[in-house]
Amino acid sequence: MIEVRRLTKRFGLKTVLKDLDFHVQAGEFVALLGPNGAGKTTFLRILASLSRPAMGEIRIAGFRLPQQATAIRHILGVVSHQPLLYGDLTAEENLHFYGKMYGIDLPEKRIREVLDLVGLSLRSRDLVRTFSRGMQQRLAIGRAVLHDPEVMLLDEPHTGLDQDASIMLDGVLREVAARGRTVVMTSHDLARAADLASRFDVISRGKIVASAGRAEMSAERLPVFYREAISETGGRAAASPDHSIHRVQV
Amino acid sequence: MTNSDANIAERASRKAQRKTTPVYLRTVWAIVWKDLAAELRSRELISSMLVFAILVIFIFNFALELDARARFNVTSGVLWVTFAFAGTLGLNRSMAMEKDRGCLDGLLLAPVDRSAIFLGKALSNLFFMLIVEAIVLPVYSLLYNINLLHPGLIAVVLLGSVGYVTVGTLLSSMAVQTRTRDVLLPILLFPIVLPLFIAAVKVSAGFLQGLDMSEIWPWLNLIIVFDLIFSAVAIMVFDYVVEE
Repeated sequence: MIEVRRLTKRFGLKTVLKDLDFHVQAGEFVALLGPNGAGKTTFLRILASLSRPAMGEIRIAGFRLPQQATAIRHILGVVSHQPLLYGDLTAEENLHFYGKMYGIDLPEKRIREVLDLVGLSLRSRDLVRTFSRGMQQRLAIGRAVLHDPEVMLLDEPHTGLDQDASIMLDGVLREVAARGRTVVMTSHDLARAADLASRFDVISRGKIVASAGRAEMSAERLPVFYREAISETGGRAAASPDHSIHRVQV
Repeated sequence: MTNSDANIAERASRKAQRKTTPVYLRTVWAIVWKDLAAELRSRELISSMLVFAILVIFIFNFALELDARARFNVTSGVLWVTFAFAGTLGLNRSMAMEKDRGCLDGLLLAPVDRSAIFLGKALSNLFFMLIVEAIVLPVYSLLYNINLLHPGLIAVVLLGSVGYVTVGTLLSSMAVQTRTRDVLLPILLFPIVLPLFIAAVKVSAGFLQGLDMSEIWPWLNLIIVFDLIFSAVAIMVFDYVVEE
């Protein structure tokens, strides 16, 4: 579903992503883990066609980026650090606006479904600027799933959410994954990632340095795997004694 | 490509193929509607532009104690200086609203031709600017005791605003991505719109002083050509300006 080969991104003289390779099968839920500054957000912004790569090849569902970016945007749903919502519009108006932008047929019906899904039906006519951070993030998730995307890109979606909102988000993500959608989620919350994802990739210094499947990774094992991958970033990663965990030579 | 990818690609292609002219225009209208609805609630943009514009013409009114003939000579200059500065405030605010909650990314993520986003933003900016101008002109007429309700003057205000807003919307989408966006926009904008302003001042003065059309046409042509060229350029380069 997602194929990335030798992706490089520079901001001025600083190379943020360097020869990054990344492959995701349809229906996979990939947790992209890494320390601050590893390049997670930049990578997701490139996949979302918000940023142009300096070099490399990217294909999503067979479409090439950036040449076929418009076709790719039809199948992408993105949740970022910011809610991407207008404070002076109501929740319903925000979704209505994005519904028009995505050319959704019968937006009213779909908007009601989405507001129910994120638990904001009772606040649908309130201005978004009166919402708490958690409520805005819930609505941001509603905005991202409004057009029923095939691929979801989530950049630390649990940031700023309270316990209830986090549980709601987990429920939405499980539902999305259960419907065979492909999800790539960056996170610092290893426990949550272990709970949701079917694959765990560690990114450090602009490269994927380790990758492991869910079948081989318990919630207890993930922090160890993560720390080992990060600590080895500066040197050559040794082959893991557990063959299911693939270390990428850096 | 796997079978699953092929199915998804086919679905995406079907959706993408619906991108015909009505969808393009619907996108433009959706952005205009969104800006108008947000402005109707906050009234931040028009009120700040309007207060600033009226203050400027008040200051000019007291600073320049003019006789009747001198008033005709300076009116076009005072008007366009007022429109330029008030317009800069509006352009900055309009794009800052998009940037503050990451809404610009939300627009750019939509599966639409990005020139439709530009057109939508430019049209709503033009609408706000025309509202301010529609209020400033009668206020100026009262203060300076000059009749500005001349069809030619109204036409040149409209044409000049189109060029100014077109370039301004493009440059504000560039400036908004920097830390010094408030300062950067006028620095980038004014040198580019200088020919437009010179022509607009000349044409406005020509209409107010009752000059022959043969003297006005060359300047009017310059405004029209400026509008056409910069509209085309802005539509073509907007995609590159907004992408990192």
